[in-house]
Amino acid sequence: MAIEDDVLVIGGGLAGATAALTAAEEGVQVRLVTHKQSTLRHASGLIDVLGYTPAGEGPIVDPFEALADLPEGHPYERVGTEAVREALSFFDEIAGDAYSGGHTASNALVPTHGGTVKPTARYPVSTAAGLASVPEDTLLVGFETLTDFDAPLAASHLEAAGAPFSARGVTLTFPGIVRDDAKINRYAHLLDHEETVQTGAGETSAREALAATVDAHLKDESRVGFPAILGDDHAADVRADLEDALGVDVFEVPMGPPSLPGMRLEDMLYDALGDAGVRVTSGVPVIDYETDGNGAIEHVVVDRHGQEVPYRAEQYVLATGGLVGKGVRSERERVFEPIFDCHIPHAAERYDWFVEDVFGEQPYARFGLVPDRELRPLGEDDDPEFSNLRAVGGVLGGYDYAAEKSGAGVSLATGYVAGERAGTEASR
Amino acid sequence: MAHDTEVLVLGGGSTGCGIARDLAMRGLEVTLVERGNLTDGTTGRMHGLLHSGGRYAVSDQASAIECIEENKILRDIAGHCVEMTGGLFVQRPEDPDEYFQEKLEGCRECNIPARVLSGREARTVEPYLAKDVKRAIQVPDGAIDPFRLCVANAIDAERHGARIETHAEVVDLLRNGDDIYGVEVRHDSGPGKRTHKTPGTTEEITADYVVNATGAWAGQIGAMADLDIEVRPSKGVMTIMNVRQVDTVVNRCRPKGDADIVVPHETTAILGTTDEEVEDPDDYPEEGWEVDMMIDTLSELVPILEEARTIRSFWGVRPLYEPPGRGTKDPTDITRDFFLLDHEDRDGVDGMSSIVGGKFTTYRAMAEQISDHVCEQLGVSASCTTAEESLPGSENLEVLEKGMDDFGLRSPVARRSKQRLGSRSPEVLDTDEANPVICQCEGVTRAEVCDAISQSGSDLNAVRIRTRASMGNCQGGFCCQNMASELHPEYDEETTREALDELFQERWKGERHALWGEQLSQAMLNYALHATTMNRDNDPASAAEPVEYGAFDTGVQ
Repeated sequence: MAIEDDVLVIGGGLAGATAALTAAEEGVQVRLVTHKQSTLRHASGLIDVLGYTPAGEGPIVDPFEALADLPEGHPYERVGTEAVREALSFFDEIAGDAYSGGHTASNALVPTHGGTVKPTARYPVSTAAGLASVPEDTLLVGFETLTDFDAPLAASHLEAAGAPFSARGVTLTFPGIVRDDAKINRYAHLLDHEETVQTGAGETSAREALAATVDAHLKDESRVGFPAILGDDHAADVRADLEDALGVDVFEVPMGPPSLPGMRLEDMLYDALGDAGVRVTSGVPVIDYETDGNGAIEHVVVDRHGQEVPYRAEQYVLATGGLVGKGVRSERERVFEPIFDCHIPHAAERYDWFVEDVFGEQPYARFGLVPDRELRPLGEDDDPEFSNLRAVGGVLGGYDYAAEKSGAGVSLATGYVAGERAGTEASR
Repeated sequence: MAHDTEVLVLGGGSTGCGIARDLAMRGLEVTLVERGNLTDGTTGRMHGLLHSGGRYAVSDQASAIECIEENKILRDIAGHCVEMTGGLFVQRPEDPDEYFQEKLEGCRECNIPARVLSGREARTVEPYLAKDVKRAIQVPDGAIDPFRLCVANAIDAERHGARIETHAEVVDLLRNGDDIYGVEVRHDSGPGKRTHKTPGTTEEITADYVVNATGAWAGQIGAMADLDIEVRPSKGVMTIMNVRQVDTVVNRCRPKGDADIVVPHETTAILGTTDEEVEDPDDYPEEGWEVDMMIDTLSELVPILEEARTIRSFWGVRPLYEPPGRGTKDPTDITRDFFLLDHEDRDGVDGMSSIVGGKFTTYRAMAEQISDHVCEQLGVSASCTTAEESLPGSENLEVLEKGMDDFGLRSPVARRSKQRLGSRSPEVLDTDEANPVICQCEGVTRAEVCDAISQSGSDLNAVRIRTRASMGNCQGGFCCQNMASELHPEYDEETTREALDELFQERWKGERHALWGEQLSQAMLNYALHATTMNRDNDPASAAEPVEYGAFDTGVQ
């Protein structure tokens, strides 16, 4: 008994969700299958498009302008600048009020939890008040039990980075956190659910207690930055309450994994998938495939808890991620794409996969599939591996998203283009 | 003219630190200088085996006897650095029976407790041994942390009045005719603890007697005073696995060969090794085939190694030496014994001896003999007490084991912290401040990191070797930044940034040899965290050109 759809998307990160949503716009039946947790929980939640050129120039003010100069084979070059713009507009529609940055083509500079700033095209609304290009004095608040963000250090780092305002950091005790190794979610949960906490002044709600703790340290700064722990389900309310109590703007500094802004983005995408009628099957890996003998995929095989089930569609989109998401895998002597064994160019000798400087031009960071302009992955002979398979996001090669700050933008743009093409072709 | 110190020890490895402790405990005034961090040479680049002596029971029985004696002493004086895992010499079907018998008899002749296990019994002890192993000899091998042992020697030397200077490279030997009377050192960042960005200085340190304990680098030191010391540095690779595939030291029972030992070490297992002569102990090739050989050959003993994840590899250089005229070709045949070269007897140059050869397990005994020699030279009569006096951290371990105090930490973290700190645990962990975990992989808390910083300044690699922070599966991807944060505000932002960069690059250096499979995924995740999320690769604070902030998005118009 096969599962039948028009478009099957494999992988549930930003690229896969975008492809599924775009395909669904064409009025076809779309299914998205995911295996493990997506890498969005590792991601800061920022939507970078292009912060630096492949040669390392930047930070780039207008990323769209810089796209035209990208080398042949770069995923942006494959889809074209116009498609990147359209994909961003598509994202803006989905995100609605949850994200900012769509009012301008220019990048924003956002403070990072390491104290640097980085260029990004869209940012969660919780980050909006913290832009480093806005010359407003800033108080950063860290917590003694939260080791990923050292506010006084980040503040001096921002000043060393030439930010046009004075920044000061304080390290405080988070009211209601009793264990030194509490997880990020514990902080968010306390604020989300307005738990009652004990303070020197007696019992009070978590948000009030936090505001009172910070207020005692606030001087004439006009904004206060926190690590990204200000609520999960009720983040907007938490922020609004803190702003009311403190009388200044409040923002979040994006953090590393596990990242609440990344998880909020994931929730937003899955809500949209539900609204669009995309069928989502989670927790199952695609392990094999069959072709129809004419160069097209006939069906893929999904391992559903030990049972091998064929999933059939007209069009397939591969969105399994890169090395981190395991859409690209490696052994001592080879780099490979594990489901369809699509071609991944790489040096035969693994000591040529890296360079000495950790931040140098790392060949491994560019491992991935080589697509044509339709985003069909190409074989070693430069012909498409399959006529009805497209690849999007991190599984693509030929770009270093970490150096360029281009990961989310590539996922959006390629997901958008592949989803639209797959949807159109499947509807014929 | 009075000298700055009575004894000047060159080299901060196990030998140098052992000598400094020994002499300081005998009441001598001691200064030790080390080019980098303590253990930076060979000590920090070994497989962490506490020899039972079984390895030398056939080829070199004098060494074997010394090993088993020192093995017992170290368990006693440095219990907090030792894990008595036990060891096996495992025979595969193709390995010679004769040698197995010789090994067994050798162990008995050297008083090394040895018991023969059948293949089945051996697999009960170590379930991941290959199914076809024939039999094994069980011996009291163990695992030892060379970093903490070496640092504990240095701390104890300091407690007895010694001056320990790291990041102080010897740039010249001071020689007046036939008398060596000191050295000139270049302090990387002024004397005392290392602080990045502090300008370097040079200093002349004069001494009544100089001990050259620089091991594989002894020849370079000797050359500064036109002395020929023919060390024959020999490199060996060690490959670190992500978990302990074995909990017992597993040796291959055959005459000799590369890739014949797996040592469980803290949270990891270390595969070793090779033995190949190199010209320059600071510059030799580190090659992928060596790593492949560790995995492929040792998989014959422990098959799951073939598919297991390695987190990094490193190379060490043995300070091998043989007296002139022996002409041994194969470095594996050069003796592991140590040699005390008194340059007065040997070269007619007074005031200095060099120590070459030797091995880690017997460092204390070596230090004792050398210290005896130094005392004789200086006409001091004081006897060695290092075999009886416990090292800092091992003074009263039984009290610690009985105590249930977990210092408010989760029990796995508390257990690991106490194992590392030994009897220093209360002094370090008993704090009223918040004490969150900084390094999740190794369970290292803020208090332990801060304790290490108080010992070693802004050098995060020195913090790493004291605590194991950043040495686990993520290889520092998730904790380097947090370790660096602990330097602030004592050290300023720029110093902190530089210390972080240095640690992060150092971690990458070894991780490069493990870049496939899971660890390549980990490397990409680390890279993404530091470059994408933090933008550390394009940090405007370190850039040449200032950023024009005004040109960027200033928010909703």
